Amino acid sequence: MKFTLDWLNDHLDTDASVDEISTTLTTVGLEVEGVENQGKRLEKFVIAQVVKAEPHPNSDHLNICKVDAGTGELIDVVCGAPNVVTGMKSVFAFPGTYIPGKDFELKGGVVIRGAPSNGMLCSAAELELSNDHDGIITLPDDAPIGTKYVDYAGINGVVFDISITPNRGDATGVYGVARDLAAFGIGTLKTTDMSPVPSKGPSPIAPLPHQFDADEPKAIRKFGGRYIRNVKNGPSPAWLQARLRAVGLRPINAIVDITNLVSLGWGRPLHAYDADKIVGAPALRNAKPGEQFDALDNKIYALDETMTVIADDLGALCLGGVMGGIRSGTTDETVNVFMECASWDPELIARTGRKTGIISDARYRLERGVDPALTEPGLELATRLVLELCGGEPMEPAMSGEDVFANTVVEFPFNEVKRLTGLTVEPFIATAILSKLGFEIEGRGEVVTVKVPSWRPDVTQKADLAEEVMRMVGVDNIPVEPLPRLNHVAQRMLTTIQNRRRIARRALASRGLDEAVTWSFISHDEAVRFGGGQETLQLANAIAADMTDMRPSLLPGLLAAARRNGNRGLADLALFEVGQVFLSDAPEGQHTYATGIRTGTAKLSGSGRHWDGKATPVGVFDAKADLAAVLDALGVDIEKVQLLAEPAPWSHPGRGGRIALGPKVTLGWFGELHPAWISELDHEGPISAFEIDLDALPEPKKKPTKTKPALDLSAQMPLSRDFAFVVDKAVTAAVILRAARGADKGLITDVNVFDVFEGAHVGEGKKSVAIAVTLQPKDKTLTDEEIDKVSAAIVGAVTKSTGGVLRA
Amino acid sequence: MSLDSQIDALRTELAAAIAAATDDASLDAVRVAALGKKGSVSALLASLGSMAPEERKSAGPAINGLKNEIAGLIEAANAALKGAALEARLKAETVDITLPLQPAPTAQGRIHPISQTLDEITAIFSDMGFSIAEGPDIETDYFNFTALNFPEGHPAREMHDTFFMKPGPDGVKKLLRTHTSPVQMRVMQLGNEKPAASYITPRMDPPIRVVIPGRTYRNDSDQTHTPMFHQVEGLVIDKSSHIGQLRWVLEEFLKAYFEVPNVTLRFRPSFFPFTEPSMEVDVQCDRSGSEVKIGEGSDWLEILGCGMVHPNVIRNAGLDPDVYQGFAWGMGIDRIAMLKYGMPDLRAFFDADQRWLDHYGFRPLDLPTLFGGLSQ
Repeated sequence: MKFTLDWLNDHLDTDASVDEISTTLTTVGLEVEGVENQGKRLEKFVIAQVVKAEPHPNSDHLNICKVDAGTGELIDVVCGAPNVVTGMKSVFAFPGTYIPGKDFELKGGVVIRGAPSNGMLCSAAELELSNDHDGIITLPDDAPIGTKYVDYAGINGVVFDISITPNRGDATGVYGVARDLAAFGIGTLKTTDMSPVPSKGPSPIAPLPHQFDADEPKAIRKFGGRYIRNVKNGPSPAWLQARLRAVGLRPINAIVDITNLVSLGWGRPLHAYDADKIVGAPALRNAKPGEQFDALDNKIYALDETMTVIADDLGALCLGGVMGGIRSGTTDETVNVFMECASWDPELIARTGRKTGIISDARYRLERGVDPALTEPGLELATRLVLELCGGEPMEPAMSGEDVFANTVVEFPFNEVKRLTGLTVEPFIATAILSKLGFEIEGRGEVVTVKVPSWRPDVTQKADLAEEVMRMVGVDNIPVEPLPRLNHVAQRMLTTIQNRRRIARRALASRGLDEAVTWSFISHDEAVRFGGGQETLQLANAIAADMTDMRPSLLPGLLAAARRNGNRGLADLALFEVGQVFLSDAPEGQHTYATGIRTGTAKLSGSGRHWDGKATPVGVFDAKADLAAVLDALGVDIEKVQLLAEPAPWSHPGRGGRIALGPKVTLGWFGELHPAWISELDHEGPISAFEIDLDALPEPKKKPTKTKPALDLSAQMPLSRDFAFVVDKAVTAAVILRAARGADKGLITDVNVFDVFEGAHVGEGKKSVAIAVTLQPKDKTLTDEEIDKVSAAIVGAVTKSTGGVLRA
Repeated sequence: MSLDSQIDALRTELAAAIAAATDDASLDAVRVAALGKKGSVSALLASLGSMAPEERKSAGPAINGLKNEIAGLIEAANAALKGAALEARLKAETVDITLPLQPAPTAQGRIHPISQTLDEITAIFSDMGFSIAEGPDIETDYFNFTALNFPEGHPAREMHDTFFMKPGPDGVKKLLRTHTSPVQMRVMQLGNEKPAASYITPRMDPPIRVVIPGRTYRNDSDQTHTPMFHQVEGLVIDKSSHIGQLRWVLEEFLKAYFEVPNVTLRFRPSFFPFTEPSMEVDVQCDRSGSEVKIGEGSDWLEILGCGMVHPNVIRNAGLDPDVYQGFAWGMGIDRIAMLKYGMPDLRAFFDADQRWLDHYGFRPLDLPTLFGGLSQ
């Protein structure tokens, strides 16, 4: 919210400097976002007259102007504003002037489509005075040429811009701000005469009936209207125009300017109707579904039955508490005014505001809560101002409905301040602070009864009062006190899954993969492709078309990242992410996966062409190695997990697999990305990938640290024997290895495959697999007979389980 | 020819042959020709048998002397040949050690700044006796708003730009949590239900000290806002903790995190539905240069929000706010990472540009600890 220093001075008697006021505002919780000396910022802008404006021969929207800016010679200016006409007065910027609304310094001597231009005629938006950029500022004919615009418009003062938190409806007016400053002790609050203004007779408009069914939402609480006869409307006085302009509002006419003055000054929104444009007797009712409303912002809104309107025989005149309508707006010709000051249900105003998307000063205040005690006084204040500025005869107020008062009373132990904040505040000081803020304190001693003023509905309990005292003393005055330290060594801080994520990340990074963090949401097509896309995992209000579904896998995000990097010329890529995937919308549907991809030649040993050898493309075994490394880092014995030739849907069907623990638990998948997917997803191959479900890993047994099993080392030399088998192509290495290993579990310590080949000489549909078996004698050297016996057992076991033969 | 001249001639001949031998094979040929069974020296030795005893007395030592002499020469020549061969091999094996390494990804794997920052935060709070608590990203309206004292229809709800999920079969609309605070309620709430999944922190009894990191979501996007971001918040619940201690925790944390001897904080009363009193905190910094320097200068930068846990929230958890009290604070992990490490644009955090990751990422063994320091 913006207000000027002189506006604040209307409500606060103070000698405080601008700096002091600014610091205090922030200290009490009215954060200052900016303090600006507008006069200084806009001092280069002068009043000028457009002596001649004629269409630019090379443009359909530009005009070539001769401008008199009081320098004694006419200046050539090309102007694109639709409202520029010969003879008008406006605001002019010389070359070299900084244009705040455009954030640039104006250049001189430019040529626009062949015509020279040495300066600029400005809109209010270009001066950052309002959002009005429909055309250049139009000034009255008597505006003095060559004068500084800020002096003429009276916007040469200091402007504060503060941010109001949603609980402080009371501070949405300058008066409420002044009350906080006075309570802090930098001035005295000034009061305003809001006493009733005598009426000249009964109101020509009867109190507005509230036409609602019992079960309908009803936004109106109390409606006050006052008919003021025979006013003389027109431009408001210069001081009022200047004040509104300084805070970014456009002066309209005296009546509208008064409503804005009261709204911004006291936080009490009003609305003024031209009474002669009201047809029949106005009433309050909810809109009909789809009812059209032609609002003051020149937009047409379709209303619904939850929105309360003030309507006459022809339809909605005003969207209650949010925005007035065009049809009944006041103009310079308005003679009879119907002034509204009403109190509304904040929640329903907020809902209407949300639904229509209308952002207005009235909505801003009413949805935060406007003091219900101000309905009548606000109407009297408005009446008094109208009489002052426009004359006229006030008729009797037309009131209907009831205000809602919270009448909150809080039992307040003074030590609540100490308990919650650590701050020691003497009861008499706390009492003084609360009193200055309008709280009424009854009783004496350690616990008092506090009556909350009508303008502070946010204060409902003792913690709220502690905050009131705290903010007036200043949080920075609270003594810093250490949190009691542990009297023992810190306990373990991370849970198993938290630790696993951390270890998985560092294990993968140490294998050369970069950690990526990608969006939790992906496109619907990608979600479906990777096994997700359920309705309950779709966003109802996605921010973009490619961010609609919660990801079922980390692969889409990593593949998209690979594509982006590929487009930047980075084709050899190793990326991983450790993050959440969503298998359902239930809490247990959220799992943490560790997923990685390698593209191009980004292998563990290095990537790209190199003097030491040929770059080879990444493949299924790179993915398998990454996966095994993560499992090993997490303490899972890779020998104990099942390796199944059951590739994931994204995998090349012959180059991928699944790892599992038993029939129910899948730990992950690895493989080469399916060639069809590579082209469908717009990649250049090859890509290898793995996924590990960290939540599927078994919880370690919760035992204190155990001693490890004794290490049994043999003194004998191990020996190795090689065997080659010819088996069917479909026989997997795992079967051969398992059979060989099982041939003599006591003696055989390792079996490895050292050669695999196919060819005509091993037979059609066959392959040769050569294995090396390591034998570890226990106590004594093996005899030839013993070795022959083990060899025979190995051959027997392998041929039996594979149907193959020992290769001659 | 006398025996002596015969020995001399043989010595000369063999020495020349040994010297001429250039490899193992030719040297061995000389050895066989001289000392083999049918060798020339062996033949001389064999002739001793047919000599008269007198003659043998003088000829024996002379012939044996020749044999030993030749054997010695062969051994020396053998050693010299071996040395030369090793010399040649070493020479042949010499490589240009300035050749570049293969650009191995192992040299480039990097930890994302968000993970690194989270590990730094964890290290600091472990020293203050906190543990890490977590909850789900897809939340209910109750945990995200209602339980945290956001009244239905309050403008504060609207300020959160909430992402909603499409309603389920039961018509209930879940949402993406807009902050990590729902976990506060999950941790504090009474009841003995086991969490639905092992990653969800079970409820605990006061005293509670937890740090809650996680992904959060708001329907907002510009240079400083992304629809997904990371928050970390802290919660302390016991019977005595107050704002004076909150100030200490935050000051100590920020000093440790930014690795500066002093930080100056400015606390501004503010509003959050779930704390009362509520405050926003600015940190003093120097923004005059290209980077923000914490702990010096005369500018203020908003860094976090905090306050005493609202009595209504404590009540909603089933605890008595006249007995239990405590404070909470929250800040952006991404944001404090940007402040510490100087990334200019939040959006780049989620783009996975390899060049960005390699530049702003951290080495895998650069593990933040208090004993080894947060930064290498």
